[in-house]
Order: sequence, then C-alpha cells, then structure tokens
Amino acid sequence: MSIATGPAATEDVADASTTTTADGAAPMRRGRAVGQLVACLAVFGALLVYVAVADLSSVEARNLSTTRLLTLSWQHFLLAMAAALLVIVLAIPLGILLTRGPMRRFSTPITAVAGFGQAAPAIGLIVIAALYFGTGRFPFVCALAVYGILPVLANVVTGIDGVDPRLVEAARGMGMSAFSTLVRVELPLAIPVIMTGVRTALVLMTGTAALGGFVNAGGLGTLVNTGIKLGLDNVLIVGALAIAALALFIDWLARIIEMAATPKGL
Amino acid sequence: MSETDVTNADLPADGPEPQVHGQRILLDGVTKRYPGQKAPAVDDITLEIPAGEIVMLVGPSGCGKTTTLKMINRLIEPSEGRILIGDEDVTHKDPDELRRHVGYVIQGAGLFPHLTVAKNIALVPRLLGWDKARIEARVTEMLELVNLEPDQYASRYPRELSGGQQQRVGVARALAADPPVLLMDEPFGAVDPITRQRLQDELLRLQEELRKTIVFVTHDFDEAVKLGDRIAILQVGSAIAQYDTPEAILANPANEFVEGFIGHGAALKQLTLTRVRDVDLHEAAVARVGDDPAQAVAAAEELGREHVIVLDGAGRPLRWLPLRALRRPDALTRVARDENLESVSLASTLNDALDEMLTSSHGVVVVTGRRGRYEGVVRIETVMEAMQGLQSPAHEAGRVTR
Repeated sequence: MSIATGPAATEDVADASTTTTADGAAPMRRGRAVGQLVACLAVFGALLVYVAVADLSSVEARNLSTTRLLTLSWQHFLLAMAAALLVIVLAIPLGILLTRGPMRRFSTPITAVAGFGQAAPAIGLIVIAALYFGTGRFPFVCALAVYGILPVLANVVTGIDGVDPRLVEAARGMGMSAFSTLVRVELPLAIPVIMTGVRTALVLMTGTAALGGFVNAGGLGTLVNTGIKLGLDNVLIVGALAIAALALFIDWLARIIEMAATPKGL
Repeated sequence: MSETDVTNADLPADGPEPQVHGQRILLDGVTKRYPGQKAPAVDDITLEIPAGEIVMLVGPSGCGKTTTLKMINRLIEPSEGRILIGDEDVTHKDPDELRRHVGYVIQGAGLFPHLTVAKNIALVPRLLGWDKARIEARVTEMLELVNLEPDQYASRYPRELSGGQQQRVGVARALAADPPVLLMDEPFGAVDPITRQRLQDELLRLQEELRKTIVFVTHDFDEAVKLGDRIAILQVGSAIAQYDTPEAILANPANEFVEGFIGHGAALKQLTLTRVRDVDLHEAAVARVGDDPAQAVAAAEELGREHVIVLDGAGRPLRWLPLRALRRPDALTRVARDENLESVSLASTLNDALDEMLTSSHGVVVVTGRRGRYEGVVRIETVMEAMQGLQSPAHEAGRVTR
C-alpha cells in the first residue's frame, strides 16, 4: 500500500513547487529594491555634500547651493509626476475603451498614433508646445505627456487583452455585468502589465523633463542649461547626475507601488 | 465470523430520499447562425432535459455541443427558438440575472487567480446581495460539500491548489447560490485520469444529495456512460443522433454514426455501466483509531487477514496496516492518513475499481459511501466475475436500474 501514485502525491509536489518559487523569488526582488534605493540616495547625498563643501566661484555658488539643488529636484519631481498623472488620466480610460467590443478595431491605429508621440524628438514636441501655448510649466507638462503616453496606452491594451478569455467568460457566465467584469476581473489581472507601462513612462518623462530648462519650466534641466550656456562643467554634471539619481528613485518608487498594487495570488 | 457480504440495498437508510431541486430545461427549435457562415452552428435542436437528471451532450468536435450548452445561459444568443427553464421562457430575460441562477463550470475551473478560494465561491451570492454572515456560512458549507477542509483552504489562492482541487472549488462556486440548473462544459477534461475518476465519483455523490438538473458537455463517451442519466449524441449542427439512457444506447445504437461513436468493445463498455454498488462488497478486517490493537489483531486473525484497514472517528478509511505493525501497543493511538489510499465510491464503475486495483498491491480497493465513510472492499475476483457475467447473454439479470 505504499506505492506513491495518485493525485495526492502530485498535489503535494504542486504545493511545494509553488511555494518555493514564490519564496525563492521574493528575496531577490527585495534585494534589488534595496540596492537601487541605496544607489540613488548615495549619488544624491554625494551631490549635496559636494555642493556644500566644494570651493565654488560666485557664479557657480549661485547655481549650486543646497537649497537650490533641493528646490530644483523637487520641481523636477513635480513636473514628472504632473505629466505622469496626465498620462494616466488619459491613457488608462482610452486603453480600456480600445479593448471594448466595437472600439477594438481602432486599437491598432490609435496605438500607432501614440507611437508617433514617442518617435518624434522630445525637444521638437516641447518647442512646438512652447511656440503655440507659450513657455512655462503647463505647456511643457502637456508635451511631456504626449511623449510618455505610448507605453501606458500600449500596456493597458496588452494587459487587458492578455487576460485569459476563459476567465472573462467565466465571469460573464456567473452573471457579472460587463462593467463589473472589467473592474473586478480584467483590470486587477492586468495591473502588473499596466504598472510596468506606467513605470516606463515615468522614467522616460523624468529624463525628458531635463529639457524643461530650455523652455523656462524649471526643474533640474535649469542646471544643465546654465552649465551649457555659461560653460560651467560642474554645474552641468551636478544637474545631469541629479536627474539620473531622481529617475532611478522614481523607478524604485514605481516598483514598490507595482508590487503593492499587484493582487496577491498572481 | 465468516466472510460477510455487505449488501448495499439498505444504503439510502442513511438519510431521507433526496428531493429533486432541479428544474427541467426545454430547448425548443433552437438555432444558432453566425453571420457569414452558410451552415448554422446549431440547427433547430429540440431537447427536453428532465428535472433532476444529468444529461450528457456528446459528439465529435465541431458538432455544436458547447454552442448548445452556452445558449442555455445565453453566453451565446440563439438566433431562433425558445429556451425554457422550469416554465419560464428565459429567451429574453436579462442575461446577467438569468446567469446568476444557472451554475456554470468550465474546463480548468476558471477560478479567478487574484481572489481567494472563499471569495471565488462567494461571488454569485455577493452578486445576489446576500448578507455577509449568510455568505460566510455558505462558503464553509460548499467547501465541506466538495470535501475541502474550510479552515485549510478558504484563504488560499487558486494557484496554491492542484488541478483537481481547483476543479472542486469550481463546482462549489457554481453551486454556491443553489441554482436549480448546472451547466458543465468539459469540466474534467484537463485533469489526470485518476483525479478525473474521483471528480466524477464526487459529482455523482453530490448529485445524489442535490438532484440538480445538470447539462454536461464531453467528448468522452465513457464519461458520458458513467455520469449520464441520459445521453444525447450529437452530429454536426447539433442534430440529435440518439437521445436515450446509456444502457439503451449501448444495447441499441440508433444508426451507424452512433455505432461508430460508441466504438468497438461495447461489451467491455458494459463494465462502465456496472457500479460498485451493484456488486457484493466484501468486508475487510477493520479497526478504528483508539481501539485496542490486540483486539484488532485477534479479529483480523479470526478473519484470516494480514492487513487491517484503519478508520478515523468519522468512519473514513485512513490506511492499511499490516498485522506486525499492529502488534505495538500504541499502534492505533495516532494513525496518519495515507493520501494515496486506493479507494472508489459506491458510484464508481467497475472499470474505475479495476483501474485502482492495478495500482494497488493488494488486489482490493476500499469502497467509501456518503461523506467518505468506509463501506467495504471490492476484490479483483468480484470484478472478474462481473466481467464473465457481462460476456454471457444472461447478464441482463445482473443489471440494476439506477
């Protein structure tokens, strides 16, 4: 009676394997999350120390004070976040719409149009926005959003289309309405893919927000712009490094949100 | 004490005669045409499914059996014809409302991976606006019904379950709001053969208690014979080639198509028609957890057995123990459950019992009844006798009406 056959044996194996993969993968992700945070904080910390202790000329000092670095970083962060918010508000509903019955056929052309936004040079978009709508923050944020909309839109469509159609049918077959199926089955299951798109857009737009320096929109791009114009290499480099550190930090933040937002059980 | 035969004639003494909870389903001239296709997918099918019965829709792939099934809960809208559940014409009822009162089980269970087992089961009751306490009680009841320990499984996620367990949760979910009608679309198609056999047995056991009207789509004729009160064999366009009891179809196939579908070895398929409850069970030496091992040994020796089947407090078989293991004084204080114990239920076919025996080193297989309680054992000799009986023309006498 000791022959190890039957479903119970396979069940045990299945149990064991799922738990090991889950447990085995989690610490790796956690290690990466911690490493990335430490790296960007270290770079930023080093910049702050440099700004505080370096022997700077008066022109350099005006551009590289601790408060100025912090203010510009905060501005930069807000610019990227405002653009991301705009992208999310536009792209998620649009993406959902493109996966609904009759609208589905527009999905390919509209994704292609959104692709133009990304393929067009960002500097071009930003200058056009500035020409038509004036310089300053709002036109700049709009131009950034056009630049960053594609990954979110494409991933919303891919994420929702990637939900197992049998699950959608099971939901409808149990009497869930189309809307309830979307909110309670399709979107939760698509969240990992959608969040990856949002993260990509955030990082893209944090880097691109450096161009804000050219159109008087503020942010760390101001340092880069000043550095170029006045030939102050250290100002330019501090600005560039700060932008990179900020982009890494925002990527880290988005990963954390992604992990928290992904439903358990996936 | 000599070898006593356990007869199962008095089995229903366990409880009152189950009531029929199902409602009849009537498909009246139902047709499905898809735009751009010349031939209709389902062409004017008329089929009455009696209340409380399991009707199997079988046929080759592309015959329209799944389309026919999905028109009952209107996942596919019929182009023509009427569908009645009970006396109500549901052809134009609000489909969401209709589906909340029709259980639906699909292949691979279709559980929502982001919801726990409990939340999966609670879905339809929540849609129906049940209060929290009632839902919670119902989830526990459903998990017990499909033999999953509620404490252990309610808060798990589907991926933490095996395929068979997922499928059981799928059945529990479909039954949660107590619908009179259950639609099953090849539910056991994606699990291994042994698990499939157990799930089938469990469905039959459930049906004994619940008496729902079940429409079950399969391409496996053996499954149809085992589970069906009636079988509808469908040809292309859902044309009904034959609609009758499994016995009648095996005895008198209506035409060449049906004959071809049944395949050769129809005589051996009769083995699928004979249930474990139709044959005489034997009694093994039995001991219960907490019994005195010495007495158990004495009883087994009196019966001339070398192994004893140990039952738990609820009378469910735990494992076989050889006599030498029983000689320890604490042998029966704690006995672990043998998860691989070969067992069949009273509703299993002799075919299933034979399968189990082939993996067993004992040539016997334990038979369980309601709630998994021990009923007796089937021996290989019994199966052999039944096979010989089936081959002789007089085997009709051995057939028991179900």
